Amino acid sequence: MRTYDAIVIGAGHNGLTNAAYLAKSGLDVLCLERNDYIGGATASRSLYKDWLYTNCSYVCSLLRPEIYRDLELARHGLQVTPYGGGTTFMQNGDYLGNYPDPEVHYREYARFSKADADAYERYSADTMRQCRFIRDFLLRTPPDPTSFKPKDLRELAHLGAKFFEMGEQRMYDTIRFWTMSVAEYLDEYFETDVIKAALSQSGIIGTALGIHSPGTAYVLLHHYMGEVDGVMGAWGFARGGMGAVAAALSNSFQSYGGELRTDAGVEQIVVKNGRVKGVALSSGEEIDARTVVSAMDVKRTFLKCMDKNDLDADFYHRVKHFKIRGSSGKLNIALDGRPSFPALPKGSPLHDGDMHFIDSMERMERAYDDWKEGTWSKDPYVDLVLPSVVDPTMAPPGKHIMSCFIQYCPAQIDGRPWTSEERDQFGQTVIDQISEYSPDFKDLILHVEIRTAQDIDEQSGLTEGNIFHGELTMDQLMFNRPIPGYAQYRGPVAGLYMCGSSTHPGGGVMAAPGCNAAREILYDLKRPDITPVNFSDD
Amino acid sequence: MDERYDAIVIGAGHNGLVCASLLAKAGKKVLVLEAGSQVGGAAVTREFADGYSVSACAHLLYQLQPQVQRELDLKLTLASKKMTTVALATDGNHVRYRGKEVSGTSDADAASFRDFHRRMSRFADLLQTYLNKVPPRLAADAGMDDVLTLARFGFDVRRLGKTELREFLRLIGINIFDELAERFENPLLKGALSLDAVLGTHLGPRSPNTILTYLYRLAGSHGSLSAPAGGMSSLTEALAHSARDNGATIRTGMHVKRIVVDNGRVAGVETDSGETFDSWLVVSNADPKSTIMKLVSARNVEPEFTRRIHNIRMRGNAAKLHLALSALPSIAGLEDQEYGERIVIAPDEVYVERAFNAAKYGEISAKPVFEITFPTHRDPGLAPEGKHVMSAIVQYAPYQLKQGWSDATREAFCEQAIDTLSDYMPDLRQNIVASETLTPADIEEQFLIGGGHWHHGELALDQFLFTRPVGGAAQYAMPLDGLYLCGAGAHPGGGVSGAAGRNAARMILKRGKAA
Repeated sequence: MRTYDAIVIGAGHNGLTNAAYLAKSGLDVLCLERNDYIGGATASRSLYKDWLYTNCSYVCSLLRPEIYRDLELARHGLQVTPYGGGTTFMQNGDYLGNYPDPEVHYREYARFSKADADAYERYSADTMRQCRFIRDFLLRTPPDPTSFKPKDLRELAHLGAKFFEMGEQRMYDTIRFWTMSVAEYLDEYFETDVIKAALSQSGIIGTALGIHSPGTAYVLLHHYMGEVDGVMGAWGFARGGMGAVAAALSNSFQSYGGELRTDAGVEQIVVKNGRVKGVALSSGEEIDARTVVSAMDVKRTFLKCMDKNDLDADFYHRVKHFKIRGSSGKLNIALDGRPSFPALPKGSPLHDGDMHFIDSMERMERAYDDWKEGTWSKDPYVDLVLPSVVDPTMAPPGKHIMSCFIQYCPAQIDGRPWTSEERDQFGQTVIDQISEYSPDFKDLILHVEIRTAQDIDEQSGLTEGNIFHGELTMDQLMFNRPIPGYAQYRGPVAGLYMCGSSTHPGGGVMAAPGCNAAREILYDLKRPDITPVNFSDD
Repeated sequence: MDERYDAIVIGAGHNGLVCASLLAKAGKKVLVLEAGSQVGGAAVTREFADGYSVSACAHLLYQLQPQVQRELDLKLTLASKKMTTVALATDGNHVRYRGKEVSGTSDADAASFRDFHRRMSRFADLLQTYLNKVPPRLAADAGMDDVLTLARFGFDVRRLGKTELREFLRLIGINIFDELAERFENPLLKGALSLDAVLGTHLGPRSPNTILTYLYRLAGSHGSLSAPAGGMSSLTEALAHSARDNGATIRTGMHVKRIVVDNGRVAGVETDSGETFDSWLVVSNADPKSTIMKLVSARNVEPEFTRRIHNIRMRGNAAKLHLALSALPSIAGLEDQEYGERIVIAPDEVYVERAFNAAKYGEISAKPVFEITFPTHRDPGLAPEGKHVMSAIVQYAPYQLKQGWSDATREAFCEQAIDTLSDYMPDLRQNIVASETLTPADIEEQFLIGGGHWHHGELALDQFLFTRPVGGAAQYAMPLDGLYLCGAGAHPGGGVSGAAGRNAARMILKRGKAA
């Protein structure tokens, strides 16, 4: 029987990235996907006629440019179109625009407060400085602070040096930035409620924390550290939906000779004599490999696909208590035409941007209180985009597809599964909120796909529907991610690795975990390191 | 013109007194100016109703640093020591814990508690070492001491061993809620430990950071609680005694209006009455915001520094409720001698979080959490014979109340608190002779603590160690020649510990030597 050099479980963006690097290095690699489509949470599918649903991740920015270049994703068909601007609609009929043009942006903020307009520059500079600091660590393996190995000491020294070169006051600022809440961070710059509400959103997306929870300022970075075409903090749409990212990665992987199988769900990771032997599929088929890499989150990997007896008890305990909390849901809506938003001036570029409907810090935080009580937010935070405005391939001519990201939405209602009535009510909550600002919206709806955190769990395989494969709290970041002592992509069994978003640097369509894991695997296999080193465009 | 002092300490709170006493002991000529009529600041015993006295702010001792006690040779008479915490249940099935032992829970919880207490105490010990050191500067031109402290910290942390170090790094930044959920099943125990972690803060048990606040509480005596006989004034009077013995002058009723700045350095202070006192060294026991913004005035320091000071978060949430009682209220399932223990109302961790929810929106908790003592049970002198006093910390009462604090809102808050208490003490209301409620706004006004915050600034990772009170000024010296901080707003923070006062004195003396 054939024995592969490596099997990668899961054809999401991290699994494919990892597989592509391993294949590129000359290994014989098989990538297995449970669904009949690839992409995991970076997928685009036609669920209603010719409308293309990007039904999990929906915008692109974090994908590391080093990887984009290395794996020749442009040649393999990936094209990212930037989109700009956004709106926060206010209950009093006004709105706050977020304009890409700095001068217009300044004038817009000044409409609310001159001081805030002035403060924005300082805010951007300070936040971007933090982005630049952390960017250096995205494509590096976290050091083990308890180890005395030269590799770890070197990495720790690097971290220390990078920190130190910021200068005294900036170091203190950095310590504060990493530990404070996004609300408090914003309070230090701005006075206008709606401005703070609009900016605070990025601090809580994907987390089970509120804007007042310490540690959320850092989460801002997960939404700012991306770039499109070298523009830091810019966001874009992948042409053809996020499935295009997976398609390009898969093409790249296969161009290096990799083998991809869909409809091949892994039931069990087989361990023999203390090292991995291969995998057993749910069909009963067994496939052997010298290395097994899981792109699934740690809970799925170790609790569902492994025998408890193969794992160290402490390790098992930590995995069991790994925090992976569903906090968001999605609505994908096929529209008969473009909904109007009368609050915005005709011809305003804001019509093409993202849209939000929470205009105060209190409403943001109250949305979180609902989640803590075990239910969805009755006045949720919605991030609404119309990808078909920028990318006409997403819907038939004249028609549109709308993607709504909703927070907060728990994986369970009060500790039990969702009922279908509750799912409908959840969807209705969102539709009602949007309708308040778009009178013709309801009439344009042709088809709605409602995805609660539970649905994301079941369909896309993210435990509890957590988009980051695990909370971004300090006990699960850097050398603590996913589990203290296991932050270097190696699993607890020889030959077993992790390459999903549960590992450093975490979620978002960044592909960094997949790439970093490849580096460690190649190191263990004593093969040349072909993974990219960081570069900086600025 | 009065005579010149080597140092003037503004405020005779416990930290100010510790600092003054240590400076005087080293031979400095020290003057302490206290605005109130008695020394002690927030650690005082006050009469709040005819014949009834109580520790007005802080009412329990658990953090007094052994170093302070030793160096000042403090002799304290304790009315209670090694107090048990009783977590009240309405049905009388209370949970009690002291040290590493807990009763009223399952055996599994009891075993887990021992393990929890062992680990937390170990981390608290590590923390405590550094609470009693001047925080190092992180800078290229940092001094040898800074480098040594950092190196020592690295060494101490490593010495925890691999497993404990990993646990330390995992826990230090997170919330108590998740850790409790992982370890325990008993709601009362989880509620009470949540309360331990959030008391005095603007945090709920789900807020990351609450492991740190919990550890902070344990740093000193592993959470062992005591109460001085005669209330907190006994401690601060003893400190004042020590200061006077060492040669310091203490003057009460002297409200400092401003710190005199001359030629870019401090030159002394001026009181409300216009009296001036000269000294090249002024040490402020006031909170950092009041010190810089009010006493020094922003124009005497860099705008960047003022901005940082301005941004210090200090929103008090803890109110004090004092009740004069004709008799102790009845509490189901509570033994008579247990009235002398520490009693808490925090039935579960979600209850505590809900109580905090209100504070986020500037509202008072409909169902607050309580830390209660009946000091008269073991210290009968505080009330007329046969009568009693209840002293309770009630949370959450946000400093920035939406509708503002007034007599009416204070009254409403007090009523709501008594309603909740009555769920556990059905006959409480009929025993009340008199009451006093101190909201954070009252505490600010009466004790001159900005925001009425007992730590003089939120105790959180972003306002801790290197960045307390603000980054670059964590070494007690302010960026104005001759000005130092010695209060809870400086490293390490509040609580009746004396650490800030002691560290400040050591820093001042060291600098004096260098100069």
